[in-house]
Amino acid sequence: MKAILYKHPLAIRWFHWVNFPVLVCMIWSGLLIYWANGVYKISWGNKVFVKFFSTGFYKALNVPFHLAEGMSWHFAFMWLFTINGLLYVLFTFFSGQWKFLLPNRNSFKEAWLVLLHDLHIRKYEPPQIKYNAAQRIAYTAIMIMGIGSLITGLAIYKPVQFSFFSWICGGYAAARLEHFILTLGYVLFFLIHVIQVVKSGWNNFQAMITGFEVIKDAPKKVPHE
Amino acid sequence: MNDRSSLPVKTVANRTFGRNSILSFVLFGLFLVGAWATFKWIKRQPQDAGALRPLRKTLDFNETVFSTVFDSNKLVKEYPVSHAAKRVRVNGMDGLRDSVNEETWRLRVIRAPGDTLQITLDDIKKLPKKDLIFDFKCIEGWDQVTHWAGVPLRTFMQHYGLSGQSKMKYVGLQTPDKKYYVGIDMPSALHPQTLLCYEMNGQPLPINQGFPVRLIIPVKYGIKHLKRIGTMFFSNDKPADFWAERGYDYYAGH
Repeated sequence: MKAILYKHPLAIRWFHWVNFPVLVCMIWSGLLIYWANGVYKISWGNKVFVKFFSTGFYKALNVPFHLAEGMSWHFAFMWLFTINGLLYVLFTFFSGQWKFLLPNRNSFKEAWLVLLHDLHIRKYEPPQIKYNAAQRIAYTAIMIMGIGSLITGLAIYKPVQFSFFSWICGGYAAARLEHFILTLGYVLFFLIHVIQVVKSGWNNFQAMITGFEVIKDAPKKVPHE
Repeated sequence: MNDRSSLPVKTVANRTFGRNSILSFVLFGLFLVGAWATFKWIKRQPQDAGALRPLRKTLDFNETVFSTVFDSNKLVKEYPVSHAAKRVRVNGMDGLRDSVNEETWRLRVIRAPGDTLQITLDDIKKLPKKDLIFDFKCIEGWDQVTHWAGVPLRTFMQHYGLSGQSKMKYVGLQTPDKKYYVGIDMPSALHPQTLLCYEMNGQPLPINQGFPVRLIIPVKYGIKHLKRIGTMFFSNDKPADFWAERGYDYYAGH
């Protein structure tokens, strides 16, 4: 017999795994589009610290001269990204899963403790139900980022018709920059996410596929008498 | 330390546990294979005007959706003259490589087969002039506030009695050498800010900006703003379009 804990509903697992290849496709096709006007960089005066992106980076990924191809993929898969994302948000709110997801009043303090724990500075790990405080903040942020990508994306895609979105983004050019920064955010999230999943081990990872985790009871201590 | 009291817990037989785990992983594997196969399938499809067929179909579907739900007369934001760039970006010379002569240039408007109007620059300048300062957007991703002036295309069409033609679905435009050509859906062509433009920053158009007359169509990307118009015609079928043949969206509108 095994004691199992139902962690992730089937719908959430579907949204998660559908989103993964779709987002990869959006980032890849987005890069093909961005290349055509790849002007962003982090600089101070004349000194350029990071250039988005170097010629070598583009060449290694076979990016140059695929603008039309990038747009055709981007504006096809945008539908899947949007529909899957909206379904995820709706499901999360109507199923009550938001209770495990949204940060609460203690989360911001606790997230700091989680960070210290993850960095092996503190032994103590704050209690959690499904997600710890840092996860709550990160996963809620990624949901907001998704909505941000949709809004900034529409502001660039149809700036006349969605002039309201362009306006709240601070204009067409600002919306493009924000769309780009959000994408960098996904890549950063992905890296940390994968590291954390690897660190958390198999039981945690397989729960995103099977939905359940095995409860490992702590070995019972037999009191010495 | 984990308080998981609010997640459902159940005790199951080892066999049930094993079966459910394997089933989940098999389905997950099928999903991954399916996603990869879909990607490979799209890549294998024949090209339709430079875009893979399923993607071209989606672009056309997007056009149908957006041209249905959008208000085709929604106005583009206009700016004060002081915002207009003095150095206006030039992005291509396709269709402009022959020489052009103001005296001999004519805008040829094909009303019907064998019925072509020949219109001079002076004729066009006699029509009501509209200044337009707007944020010009290139499909590459850059934009620039620029100042143009000319006659709104719909005023031009009314003046030359092209109301029958304006009921057709598309306007086709070509450079005199026919090396650059675009197709514009009629609602966008008749948009109040779409201009037959002959001035930039209050001066006649420079050669590299399409002297003597170019299209300015603020609801579209720059690829549709054909420079140096030679011929205009009307059609219910999509006219040939230079960039749409090279994999870009035909609509290219925003």
